[in-house]
Amino acid sequence: MQVGVLALQGAFAAHSDCLTSIGVQSIEVRNPEQLGSVDALLMPGGESSTMSQLLESSGLFDPIAARIADGMPVFGTCAGMILLASEILDGRSDQRSFSAIDISVRRNAFGRQVDSFEATINSSVGDFHGVFIRAPRIERVGEDVEVLGSFNDEPVLVRQGNVLAASFHPELSNDARLHEYFVSITANRKKV
Amino acid sequence: MATMVSTNGSSSTGTQRVKRGLAEMLKGGVIMDVVNSDQAKIAEDAGACAVMALERVPADIRRDGGVARMSDPEMIMAIQASVSIPVMAKVRIGHFVEAQIIQSLGVDFIDESEVLTPADETHHIDKFDFTIPFVCGATNLGEALRRISEGAALIRSKGEAGTGNMVEAVRHLRSILGDIRKITQADSAELFDWAKKLQAPLSLVQEIAETGKLQVPLFAAGGIATPADAALAMQLGAETVFVGSGIFKSADPAPRAKAIVEATTHFRDADVLARVSRGLGVAMTGIAMDEINETQRFAQRGW
Repeated sequence: MQVGVLALQGAFAAHSDCLTSIGVQSIEVRNPEQLGSVDALLMPGGESSTMSQLLESSGLFDPIAARIADGMPVFGTCAGMILLASEILDGRSDQRSFSAIDISVRRNAFGRQVDSFEATINSSVGDFHGVFIRAPRIERVGEDVEVLGSFNDEPVLVRQGNVLAASFHPELSNDARLHEYFVSITANRKKV
Repeated sequence: MATMVSTNGSSSTGTQRVKRGLAEMLKGGVIMDVVNSDQAKIAEDAGACAVMALERVPADIRRDGGVARMSDPEMIMAIQASVSIPVMAKVRIGHFVEAQIIQSLGVDFIDESEVLTPADETHHIDKFDFTIPFVCGATNLGEALRRISEGAALIRSKGEAGTGNMVEAVRHLRSILGDIRKITQADSAELFDWAKKLQAPLSLVQEIAETGKLQVPLFAAGGIATPADAALAMQLGAETVFVGSGIFKSADPAPRAKAIVEATTHFRDADVLARVSRGLGVAMTGIAMDEINETQRFAQRGW
């Protein structure tokens, strides 16, 4: 199994380190050719407006959309979650998303950096130490979306089929359990 | 150590992890100097991952002379209102009151910058006293580690700002990264000597020997003017770039800004670099180092 980490901009290196720590082979994905060699894709945090533009200029947007439609597992954290959402609130007007998971997400809804925080998150996958950086908020969850984790009764970790999304940064807390969970989604898919 | 970490119920703000976290998010993106909201929008449209709000770009500060200070809060607020990406602002070295003011504006990152006129010739700001993160410049590893020990969440090369000449940034990156490589080869006894030579805390030197990298992200700044410059900094080991005068002092800022964004992402792909470098018009003129008097070099500021 090889997991791709979308490396256009943002915290891709920290995700690669997490995957390495659990013995999973990963490559940085910056072009369609690299995408072709991966079984699953991780979309890191960063600036979603920057990533949207680089997805277009690198020719990656349509191939990624096609792979997601084909069932490739994807895991988006923070900006990565925004890219996967069916609806972006407070985004740029030209910002496109993959509409891979039926949620409405508001950019930077937890505030500016002065409001960024870390906290314990209760989830069905386990309790996590969540780091929220200028974090987006999940304001609506569709019927087919499973809420796996929440903070202050708000969803922060959600899943729909092979699509996993978190508004926080598991890659920043030296805890690779969510990466393991994502890898298990990928492994189960491969068996089918 | 005094820290401005506040805990509300089960959540904490202003921790080192939260501060360094924002620096992680900026990796691979371009941080652009802007002097008004029009420029800020051009930067955001071009794909900047953050903007640095300041009244004059370094090239103009260099030309004008005099004392360079924190920007007018009104101008910073106008830029905050015009973009959705993080906004940074500069304060003078050691001027912790300017930093208090910038923090109260809700700016996302403070640059304690040698480009402005230093307010203290001995002390830098105690950055643990703040909730928002700081970036500081460094010319060598010792300086970088002293800034980290004061609480900096991000280090950038100083380079020589406002020159459009990246020779100093290359010198600083090579010095910092070269010494990190040497330290990973040192034995435990030699680390004491490294700490002494670098005038840096032993514990941080020992940590580098173990991990092989700086405790916080390392970005390049100072003199970057072209897509090739950005890619050079990245290939040398910087994790992203600040571009100051290089964009808005060029003939056609918007396409140059976009090209530098693409070059920073695809920094190892010469085909992409060739494509984005085409037809950008005239880059900023730039200054050779021997045209600048030693006393007028910004990089010498900081202790």
